[in-house]
Amino acid sequence: MATTLAKETTESVEHAARLEHVSKSFATPGGQQLVLDDITIDVAPGEFVTLLGASGCGKSTLLNLVAGLDRPTTGSITTDGRPALMFQEHALFPWLTAGKNIELALKLRGVPKDERRGRTEELLELVRLPGAYGKRVHELSGGMRQRVAMARALAQESRILLMDEPFAALDAITRDVLHDELTRIWGETGLSVLFVTHNVREAVRLAQRVILLSSRPGRIAREWTVDIPQPRRIEDAPVAELSLEITDVLRGEIRRHGQH
Amino acid sequence: MASTETTTVKDGGSVEAGLDALETTVTGRPTFRQTFVNKIFPPIVALAVVMVVWLILTPIVDDPSKLPSPGAVGTEFKNAWLAGDLLGYIWTSVSRGLLGFFFALLIGTPLGLLVARVKFVRAAIGPILSGLQSLPSVAWVPPAVIWLGLNNSMMYAVILLGAVPSIANGLVSGVDQVPPLFLRAGRTMGATGVKGIWHVTLPAALPGYVAGLKQGWAFSWRSLMAAEIIAQFPDLGVGLGQLLENGRTNSDMAMVFEAIVLILFVGIAIDLLIFSPLERWVLRSRGLLVKS
Ligand SMILES: Nc1ncnc2c1ncn2[C@@H]1O[C@H](COP(=O)(O)OP(=O)(O)OP(=O)(O)O)[C@@H](O)[C@H]1O
Ligand SMILES: [Mg+2]
Repeated sequence: MATTLAKETTESVEHAARLEHVSKSFATPGGQQLVLDDITIDVAPGEFVTLLGASGCGKSTLLNLVAGLDRPTTGSITTDGRPALMFQEHALFPWLTAGKNIELALKLRGVPKDERRGRTEELLELVRLPGAYGKRVHELSGGMRQRVAMARALAQESRILLMDEPFAALDAITRDVLHDELTRIWGETGLSVLFVTHNVREAVRLAQRVILLSSRPGRIAREWTVDIPQPRRIEDAPVAELSLEITDVLRGEIRRHGQH
Repeated sequence: MASTETTTVKDGGSVEAGLDALETTVTGRPTFRQTFVNKIFPPIVALAVVMVVWLILTPIVDDPSKLPSPGAVGTEFKNAWLAGDLLGYIWTSVSRGLLGFFFALLIGTPLGLLVARVKFVRAAIGPILSGLQSLPSVAWVPPAVIWLGLNNSMMYAVILLGAVPSIANGLVSGVDQVPPLFLRAGRTMGATGVKGIWHVTLPAALPGYVAGLKQGWAFSWRSLMAAEIIAQFPDLGVGLGQLLENGRTNSDMAMVFEAIVLILFVGIAIDLLIFSPLERWVLRSRGLLVKS
């Protein structure tokens, strides 16, 4: 995978994704509701960025825009190729086995039939599920499903992976394990990742850069660069320290809403 | 540093394996004994009760032209079997029914897809299609006889009119119920347009479609029986509907019972052999079948 990616990125691209003055409003019975306001974000190739924000601040809306599933009201979004998107729920197709889900992504990308099986086994290996090829989706645990979903997203070989709170529904232990996996895979593949979460520690544990969104409308409130070396653990003191600082700012943002 | 890294990774691997083992449940297939006790035994009891009630009622009614004894009906079966007619009756009707159903499938599937996907078509014929479903397809027998005459094409027409709306509507509701999440997941993987229909919409709509097929078969079988009762013509051969009507015109109640039992039997058998396994397979492979 690393070699293919290196080959494809030779035509030097400066941004994996670039959002310029993006805003989005939805038509509601009460009139236009502004959900995202003037968002400008650059994700460099190979960069890991987390978007942090309270529930309902527009994080999923933003990822949908970047994924091309919806259009911004104003502003522009450019990405380096079609991004892969991992949803809040696993979104695996229940009529296919785990392996066939991954093969479908390969097939739609145009990978020849005789290479798909081997490639799928490799991807399952990468997410540490070597025996899962023939398993039905409902036979997998929540953590296994998210890993298959991750493998399916990686099968798209996009240069940017969008992740929408992919581990939110998992227990803390499984989540820790998947954090390690994600960090490892990110390190091995050189992907750019735009990772959405409302969990401050998760954001700090994973990212090189944390972007905090305010709510109603979603605006960029602040940004932090995280230079704690990987591998990190969620319990590490520097992670906890920065998390505290970010949480304080986040609380301040939320309090602002209570005042009027 | 490097050594700590390897240990964390290795550790991670075994923790994962442990978690996976904990979270995966193993479900075995039911044993024959369980299947017998849960599935086979109860209908046998029900059948035995019906036979006992019948045996008790026969001497009370005491009129073979109204209620023939189980023995008389049995003799009717035996004679038809010995004369080599029994399988012929069944085959005449079943082959008609299945062939008609097959045509209904060929027409109903693209029709359902059109209604589901093309707004104009949906607005134009969607309501008519679901309205037709509640029209008893027997109602089509008289006009079909007038239009097409007493022949096989009239029977097929009646089967089509009964089954096509069910099949098309099943597909439409199947497509309508496809979770938007699947469509969006498909789009991010590049499954748009025809690819999206083929790889996402159709497989996701399969449970609704199969339910439509099942209902479509029930409707076509009923309408075929009605058509056979009405369309008596020597060249058409004797199907189960004609057998029933022959029994009535000859005032042979044992033959009427024989025909009813056969019609019921074929309806149940086709459902048990084709549609129920199909439905179970579709639901089970998606984890939608809850084992009780
Ligand atoms: N299609 C839509 N029509 C109208 N309003 C919408 C639509 N989609 C989202 N919204 C509104 O936009 C806001 C942001 O929603 P979004 O799903 O992006 O939040 P989120 O940050 O992902 O929240 P969570 O953390 O709970 O997933 C919400 O107030 C929601 O009601
Ligand atoms: Mg969300």
